[in-house]
Amino acid sequence: MSDVSQAAQIANKWRKKRGSLIMALHEIQDVKGYVDWQDAVDVSLNMGVPLARIYEVLTFYNFFKLEAPGKAVISVCTGTACYLKGNDKVLEKFKSELGINEGESTKDKMFHLQSVRCVGCCGLAPVCVVNGKTYGRMTPEMVPEILAEWRKTFEEE
Amino acid sequence: MVKLKIDNFEVEVKEGTSILDAARSVQIDIPTLCKHPDVDPSAGCGMCIVKVGGRIMRSCCTPAAEGMEIITNDAELQEIRKTVLELILSNHPNDCLKCARSGQCELQEMAMQMGVDRDEIRKILAQKEIDDSTQAIVLEPSKCIVCGRCVDICQNQQNVWALSYLNRGLPTKISGANDAKLANTPCIKCGQCAAHCPTGAITEYDDTKKVWDMLKDKELVTVVQIAPAVRVALGEEFGYDFGENLTGKIYAALRRLGFAKVFDTNFAADLTIIEEATEFVKRFTNKENLPLFTSCCPAWVDYMEKYYPERLPNLSSCKSPHQMLGAVAKTYYAQKAGIDPEKIRVVSVMPCTAKKWEIHRHETMRSSGCQDVDVVITTRELAKMIRQAGINFKGLKDELADDPLGEYSGAGTIFGVTGGVMTAALRTAYFYITGQELGKLNFEAIEGLEGIKAAEVDINGTKVRIAVVNGVGNVEELMNQIRNAEEAGEDMPYHFIEVMACRGGCIAGGGQPKVMMHNLPKPWGINDEIRKLRSKGLNDEDEEAKNRLSHHNASIKQLYAEFLGKAGEGKAHELLHTKYRQRDLYK
Repeated sequence: MSDVSQAAQIANKWRKKRGSLIMALHEIQDVKGYVDWQDAVDVSLNMGVPLARIYEVLTFYNFFKLEAPGKAVISVCTGTACYLKGNDKVLEKFKSELGINEGESTKDKMFHLQSVRCVGCCGLAPVCVVNGKTYGRMTPEMVPEILAEWRKTFEEE
Repeated sequence: MVKLKIDNFEVEVKEGTSILDAARSVQIDIPTLCKHPDVDPSAGCGMCIVKVGGRIMRSCCTPAAEGMEIITNDAELQEIRKTVLELILSNHPNDCLKCARSGQCELQEMAMQMGVDRDEIRKILAQKEIDDSTQAIVLEPSKCIVCGRCVDICQNQQNVWALSYLNRGLPTKISGANDAKLANTPCIKCGQCAAHCPTGAITEYDDTKKVWDMLKDKELVTVVQIAPAVRVALGEEFGYDFGENLTGKIYAALRRLGFAKVFDTNFAADLTIIEEATEFVKRFTNKENLPLFTSCCPAWVDYMEKYYPERLPNLSSCKSPHQMLGAVAKTYYAQKAGIDPEKIRVVSVMPCTAKKWEIHRHETMRSSGCQDVDVVITTRELAKMIRQAGINFKGLKDELADDPLGEYSGAGTIFGVTGGVMTAALRTAYFYITGQELGKLNFEAIEGLEGIKAAEVDINGTKVRIAVVNGVGNVEELMNQIRNAEEAGEDMPYHFIEVMACRGGCIAGGGQPKVMMHNLPKPWGINDEIRKLRSKGLNDEDEEAKNRLSHHNASIKQLYAEFLGKAGEGKAHELLHTKYRQRDLYK
């Protein structure tokens, strides 16, 4: 069974249960961290669900990642407090510095950018979190510094 | 039956009828941009709201119930509807001046009807890339109002699953899976999405400029052919009733546009029958590769190559009629007229968007040594060209088609309607097997809009079992019937099967007119009433024809005698037949 992909095995497990497409996709993301084209194709073949339907589900829910995320996952909080305190501009700065949109990763797979709703420390607003490390009272000017810090960390590894 | 009151009219309708349809039965048009009789209600647009006992509900998906009292129109409802429409318009570009659908757009019409005279709400226009990758159908997602008709048609009615919704909320767009370009998806180019789109978000790929360029070039001899279904639909663009047969006027218009010769695809339909009936008789006698599937419909051929590659040996190797005409125009006609085939250009006017793809689908589409058919334009594009040329279509006098590729039988003309190809083929196959003509030339069991129609025909004591499918979404059930019979070791349920990808056949193809006739009830564009009227137009021509049998077409006999030789062999096979290959669903 070694030539059967992980996604195909998961899909096979769920194939008999009606309406279980989303469960299979969840499980693949749990295991791999994302659901890419080949995973979706494997699900399509093994569950008999058209690819068009699978991508309707994958793109409807924010939760699903369609590709392997970058090593550093940058979460910019756009909850009410952070948004009002200017995190929209911070998010824009991340986008322009990295040349990517929300939900995307850089080509070198170093950074993944996403917006999240409230990380539970509104007192520090506006807040960003990078791989578990929290940055409070963010300004757009801090963005290049944070990126440089993480690049350095990865180089040293 | 349930009784209810709509705007104080007593209405009695079948249980399960929507309020929207119940209202239509008493001449009340509730506005809607998403509900179409061919698709399931989706409650997508929000325009069809009515008051049911004071509560505001969407009438497309609320069934009429006993004792209901409904108000379909008052000042409050009008105001809400206008706001809903303004919200829809707030992310729709004001591109009407340069939009292919202008004048035939349900959104534009609705804006006029509701008295929209300015942009009430600040526009948010997302840049969404145009997808013209198929060169048959063009998707312009920025004009999409997310009504969902195309997705329902593509997924649930046609069972093709090329189109889908991506994302949610404002970024929602119609697209292939994972934003794949349509050409890289299972799309079969049938164009039913375009036929049902209420706006200009899905249209045919415009090839009119290519045709004008050919007509301008005096070095070229540009000839034209029209498909069966074009003649009973083009008139709608010029104020004629649905289904009116205007063959003579269309010939006249084509000559005025500057075409050197006006040929008729109906002639080639007769030619197809000679080849296909020969093929069927051979296979039926030798019991090989049965059932035989017809191959005139390129969307169906594409579907078979993608979804049922294991059945490709069962697909007739005959090219579709317009491809046959292209091949003989650049060989037989070229020779007869003494023209260098390199200088000939063949333009096909078709009710179909998939025909645009077909002309490049396989190397056998160049059997004459050049591209057999150079350009395909749809019925809608021909109407556009006639208008561009300033031709007063209604005043034209009838003209005749040109020899040697213009004569046709009644059998040729019914190629454009579901059941027609089968009927035409049986007339000739019967003659080939028995040496006699069929007593009765029609087969009622295979007429009409039922998805799968079946019949048994007695030929010299042998029962030939036939099936006719219209709407490619019905193919799966038919294929299951065949597979089940095979697995149970039973007799093949059918010997001969006709498939047309569009409901009703070519008369309701993806390239047919979508005219709004204000004296007619909605919905405009396409519905079963229109399908029946256009079918009648073709069936009437067949019934009134002097010759209703392909094998008695004198020009066809001459073509074989002078040039092709024997049907199904040698030159005929080389020019008139094609090959198939498996195609991946996604590239």
